[in-house]
Amino acid sequence: MTSATPPPASDVDILVIGAGPAGLAAATVLAAGGLRRVIVLERETAPGGVPRHCGHSPFGMREFRRLISGAEYARRLADAATRAGAVILLRTTAIALGPGGILSAASPDGMLRFTAKRIVLATGVRESPRATRLVGGDRPLGVMNTGALQAFAYLERLAPFRRPVIVGTELIALSAILACRHIGARPAALIEANPGPSVPRPLAAFPRLFGIPVHYNTEISEIQGGARVERVTLRRRDGVTRTLACDGVVFTAGWVPEASLAHAAGLAFDSDGRCSDPAICAAGNLLPPLKTAGRSWCTGRRLAASILRDLAK
Amino acid sequence: MGISGPAEDAADVAIIGAGVVGLAIARRFVLEGARVLLLEKEPDILAGASKGNSAILHTGFDAPPGSLEHACMQAGYAEYSEIRAALNLPLLETGAMLVAWTEAEEEALAAIEATALANGITDVSRLRPEAVRAREPNLSPHARAALLIPGEHIIDPWSAPLAYALQALANGARILRNAKVTAGRFDGACWRLSTPAGEVQARNVINCAGLYGDLVDAALRGHSDFTIRPRKGEFVVFDKAAASLLGTIILPVPGERTKGVVLAPTIFGNILVGPTAEDQEDRARADTRTETLRALRARAAEILPALADIQVTATYAGLRPATERKEYRIITDPARNWITVGGIRSTGLTAALGIARHAYGLYEGLGHRHIPIPEPATPRVPNLAEHLPRDWQNPGYGQIICHCELVTSREIEAALAGPLPAADLGGLRRRTRAAMGRCQGFNCLARLAAVTGRRLAVPLAPGPAA
Ligand SMILES: Cc1cc2nc3c(=O)[nH]c(=O)nc-3n(C[C@H](O)[C@H](O)[C@H](O)COP(=O)(O)OP(=O)(O)OC[C@H]3O[C@@H](n4cnc5c(N)ncnc54)[C@H](O)[C@@H]3O)c2cc1C
Ligand SMILES: Cc1cc2nc3c(=O)[nH]c(=O)nc-3n(C[C@H](O)[C@H](O)[C@H](O)COP(=O)(O)OP(=O)(O)OC[C@H]3O[C@@H](n4cnc5c(N)ncnc54)[C@H](O)[C@@H]3O)c2cc1C
Repeated sequence: MTSATPPPASDVDILVIGAGPAGLAAATVLAAGGLRRVIVLERETAPGGVPRHCGHSPFGMREFRRLISGAEYARRLADAATRAGAVILLRTTAIALGPGGILSAASPDGMLRFTAKRIVLATGVRESPRATRLVGGDRPLGVMNTGALQAFAYLERLAPFRRPVIVGTELIALSAILACRHIGARPAALIEANPGPSVPRPLAAFPRLFGIPVHYNTEISEIQGGARVERVTLRRRDGVTRTLACDGVVFTAGWVPEASLAHAAGLAFDSDGRCSDPAICAAGNLLPPLKTAGRSWCTGRRLAASILRDLAK
Repeated sequence: MGISGPAEDAADVAIIGAGVVGLAIARRFVLEGARVLLLEKEPDILAGASKGNSAILHTGFDAPPGSLEHACMQAGYAEYSEIRAALNLPLLETGAMLVAWTEAEEEALAAIEATALANGITDVSRLRPEAVRAREPNLSPHARAALLIPGEHIIDPWSAPLAYALQALANGARILRNAKVTAGRFDGACWRLSTPAGEVQARNVINCAGLYGDLVDAALRGHSDFTIRPRKGEFVVFDKAAASLLGTIILPVPGERTKGVVLAPTIFGNILVGPTAEDQEDRARADTRTETLRALRARAAEILPALADIQVTATYAGLRPATERKEYRIITDPARNWITVGGIRSTGLTAALGIARHAYGLYEGLGHRHIPIPEPATPRVPNLAEHLPRDWQNPGYGQIICHCELVTSREIEAALAGPLPAADLGGLRRRTRAAMGRCQGFNCLARLAAVTGRRLAVPLAPGPAA
């Protein structure tokens, strides 16, 4: 099957893993700062990271001084990196990190091997799925995270359900509501385990403006359905349960850094994105706490500036 | 009726049920030269008991000596080992340790060892706590002793039966899905079976309906010799970050009714804990309960403390086709050209190939003879095991659709094509691992919906955006 000899290694200055706001910001600064071989590996078919599937505003205030949609924001960030001289390799998945700046990647043209002076990990964050939350019941279609719902709505223009329940009241739950509206779905309810909303006051009124009931102190104890979701069992903190008819469940937030590359290499980052291997560093939402796109972009720029200083020494 | 003989195109045997047992039997009968028709009620194969199990290839060390179950397990184990290279079926040679955590359990080891020896498993050995720790340093230090069974291994629970199906098809079997057998008539020479796909004819019937075995016998033979009592087993699967923590299957000292909760590597690079044993009425519902899943996760962390920090990737449940007895319920009804292969409760993945040989022997015993296919076709199934080369390592794969499990668009297209295309998301997951990784579809679900479109019986997205 695979050839026994490893593919030839390409020597580069900088390898950025992930073309989201943080990775693209870092690549832009590093390329503009005079480094000639700045390569960004992105496993998706288009650059931009999460904002690519955020059909809603507001993005771009900090970076472009105007309010644009996530998709437009993603395009502009990629353009900026390319104009600065960085090269974005799409459909290219970083597979394993080696010590001292070695990385192997998969691409449709075959396996790639890189040696870089610095590797910037900017692989972002995802939401925890139903399984991680140990929510029991049947396993029908229609259960997903906000990220998947956004991809259905804005990238594929498909409706996975018409009347889902949304779990969580962080800001991202509002994104889930907007994505539902985009596909013509009407959320049946918002469920929150805590006694109050996880977003600040003015935004907390948002679901009610759309006529969506919000249940606090409530968890989903079971999902039921055959082929598709048919109903959920809700359990209130006082133990009272009831069922609610719906055809989908959106689990929002529950942030999990996309850190498997670093973990597999036995690396853990400090809050500045540094680890025990001086050739490897991290930026963006791969590092907690959760940040907006704009703030992730800032961390990418900041890290890039410090790499430039390092390499100039 | 009665005057006309079987139609020209009547099958020699109709097999009811495309679980691992029915598929292995279809393969065996085709290889022996019989004309086989397999009927499955669901849109895809492996929709029943064979959907969710522990994926252990058992030696049969603890089976009742002299039982049919034991004989079939050993024959199944041997044939799997023999054919797996040709069919590209993986094997993870883990071995198992049956660990005693209490004094009473330690005392029970002697009897288990004696059973193993009586069953011809002679390479078992007793391990002292130091040896247990040396083999699995991450295990809880409370292990008092263990029985090492080197031959217990891990396989891919879905590619194996899929390979049996594909080899049966490649050598002339027909598999009809969405073909629930609802009624049948036997005229002394031929069965006429009613299915939504129309009436089909076969000289003999083999009932491999798993969780519905008793109902099929009752509907077609007029009675059943056993009653199925589904016994559910729930599982929790840990993230691949756990893979390096454990290399050996950890078995408990078994209780009365089941093998107990196991901690085992999976062939895909995860670690699973399970199954529970919960009797239920419902034959179709393999649902999970939050409290049970929490308890399983806690139990796993007791056995392997480092699991406390590892995320859960997946949860699932399987239903065992249990009956009043532990032993398999394999029954021939010569007056009706009928064989029932029922109650294959908790060892069917291992035993299927052996059960198939046994069933063919019974069929020959009814006086049937065929000429074996001299050089059967042996289609290879795609490898999904983590320790062996995967499709993404070869150029030209299109793009990676599922990033966590590195599933390519080439693999997905292949699973949606061919003689037995995936018919639903479950079937696609079992054939490719798409959406079975740590993000559970966060990244790929929408793309999968677009790529599969209307090609699945239940589309991932019922409609376009309004
Ligand atoms: C569902 C969701 C909705 C959000 N909505 C908003 C919002 O509305 N507004 C807001 O400000 N923030 C939002 N966020 C926060 C979001 O994380 C940030 O906006 C920002 O995208 C973080 O940038 P990043 O570069 O760190 O990561 P990401 O944008 O996540 O980019 C990471 C990139 O790395 C790629 N990648 C990962 N692993 C590999 C690998 N092994 N090889 C190659 N490429 C890889 C990914 O494909 C991805 O393109 C949301 C987050 C999520 C998960
Ligand atoms: C929790 C659990 C753990 C296990 N662990 C292991 C293990 O580690 N190792 C091992 O060797 N074994 C294990 N097993 C056992 C193994 O999974 C079963 O023995 C095996 O799957 C039984 O297969 P079957 O083909 O008899 O039944 P099934 O898989 O149920 O197949 C029967 C098929 O018949 C179909 N059908 C039913 N009625 C009709 C009808 N009227 N017309 C047409 N089709 C019909 C069904 O849809 C189904 O597809 C485990 C089982 C469970 C549940």
